[in-house]
Amino acid sequence: MNSQTYSDKSGQVLSPASAVSARTSIHSGRLKRLREQLLGYVFLAPSLVVFILFLFYPMVRSVYLSFQLTDPRGRVAAYAGLDNYTQMFQSSDFWSSLWITVEFTLLTVPVGLILGLLCASLVHSAGRGSKIFRFIFSLPLALSVGTASILWMILYHPSLGMLNYLLGQIGIGPIQWLTDPGAALGSVSLMTVWMNSGFPFVLLLAAIQGLDNDVMDSSRIDGASMWRTFFSIKLPLLSPTLFFLAVVSIMNAFQSFGQINILTRGGPAGSTDVLVYSIYREAFINYQFGTGSALAIVLFVLMLLLTAIQFLVLGKKVHYQ
Amino acid sequence: MRAISHPRHPFRLSSHYGLLILLSLLVLGPLLYLLAQIFMTPDEASQYPPKLLPSSFYMGELKNAIDTVPIFGFIINSFVLATAIMVLQVLTAALAAYAFVYIRFSGSRFWFALFISTMMIPWEVTIIPNYLTIKGWGWLDSFQGLIVPFAASAFGVFLLRQFYMQLPRELFEAARVDGCGHFRHFVSIVLPLSGPAGASLAVYVFLNGWNQYLWPLLVTSSDAMRTVQIGIAMLQFEELTSWNLVLCGVALVLVPSFVLLALGLKPLVRGITAGAVKG
Repeated sequence: MNSQTYSDKSGQVLSPASAVSARTSIHSGRLKRLREQLLGYVFLAPSLVVFILFLFYPMVRSVYLSFQLTDPRGRVAAYAGLDNYTQMFQSSDFWSSLWITVEFTLLTVPVGLILGLLCASLVHSAGRGSKIFRFIFSLPLALSVGTASILWMILYHPSLGMLNYLLGQIGIGPIQWLTDPGAALGSVSLMTVWMNSGFPFVLLLAAIQGLDNDVMDSSRIDGASMWRTFFSIKLPLLSPTLFFLAVVSIMNAFQSFGQINILTRGGPAGSTDVLVYSIYREAFINYQFGTGSALAIVLFVLMLLLTAIQFLVLGKKVHYQ
Repeated sequence: MRAISHPRHPFRLSSHYGLLILLSLLVLGPLLYLLAQIFMTPDEASQYPPKLLPSSFYMGELKNAIDTVPIFGFIINSFVLATAIMVLQVLTAALAAYAFVYIRFSGSRFWFALFISTMMIPWEVTIIPNYLTIKGWGWLDSFQGLIVPFAASAFGVFLLRQFYMQLPRELFEAARVDGCGHFRHFVSIVLPLSGPAGASLAVYVFLNGWNQYLWPLLVTSSDAMRTVQIGIAMLQFEELTSWNLVLCGVALVLVPSFVLLALGLKPLVRGITAGAVKG
């Protein structure tokens, strides 16, 4: 700010008589700039240190470890070259784990978004009592993966659980929610949609409330039906929020771990073995830090690709005002 | 304005509310089940066909859960962890955001881009080396190990930077004229003014800390260091015989979250929406 007025150039055109005083002011200007420079880094330092120690360095070390064989204590035992990767790409477990992750994403993300949109639209256009409903639909924000998973584990109990009891009342036979390989991923997804339903709702409600009411009203006066107004006007206007939510939800789905670890431990028969669970299993159950790191790098690359694809492909179709 | 958007037709009105009630029952269902279970006696809870409602407000199981399970220890651990992470993250984020907005230093754009790029690194990718680091430092099963890796976040820096950019510039100029240095400006003007954005960040960070699962699972091993989420999950494997004891534990763990949500829904929503509209 101040330092700019004392630039070197102005010092050069000064007469010799004023040179001495000019030099001191150049000096103090430089000092000020240096101080400012230093201060910038002092303010950044706390965050920077944490990022370097717990994000950048581990990122590099993950890449390094993925080319190594390690002993159970995490020390590098031998250079493995690309072995970890070739083994991984040749194993059917890896591909099935990848596919399960994609399936899990497809089962949770679209349903979550549609449900959030439905609840938010209904709450927004409800008159009396909308506050109560808003509170109810926001409640899942307080849930955690630990508490929600335990609750559903009890609900899912095959013989004594409430869900099978209620289904029995309407004549549907007991479902082996968590022990049938064909049902387990669906059960985990159902619980995940419930647990995560607060976030899309809150975000979409805020977005709907921020829409220009005049546009909505004039379209209604024009005689457009509720559904047409919704699909041809509201939805395009909400697309930036939906787009953001899609990105965040897909990333979340790819990083799911807690509910899998508590409800199924990747089973039965590997049917819920999502990517992050397989990282955990390799590194912290089998103590294969090298192959675990290779899996982690795959996760990282996938996340980068996902972000890039979403911004390139979807980004164009999103309506920004 | 609101009147126009009302579905006026009585049939439409009732179907509108019907759908709302149905959806809220789906969301509330498991929570209502939880609420009913915690007031049941062990006998009632284990009946089949299951009872929907307790016959009275029996508090014995809640008391039992508090007595037999180190649940308060878990709650205190999680509280310390979440509070420490919250304070540290708000502080480091405020400092960095201040530097990006008010201090002119070369490379500031580069550092900001680098900070933002850290949001692209999924935490799970760094978890193996981080575990080895914490283990190497002898920080396993300690508060430092639980807290320090989360002492800073790019999201926080981003959120507060957006907020600081909206603060009137004149405040800063006036303070400079008064000879107020960066530290004093930060402590006496910017920090007190970051209330709204700081509150959003604080609620968000606290809830995240309270709900952490994978990292505490890896770095804690003794009962004395277990956090609520891990402790509650362990309980369930040990005490499989009495469900509603486990559910009482779940309820006790959920209480602080619900209280915080009820008090902090507004700042939380503001924080979430601020994160959604990246500039």
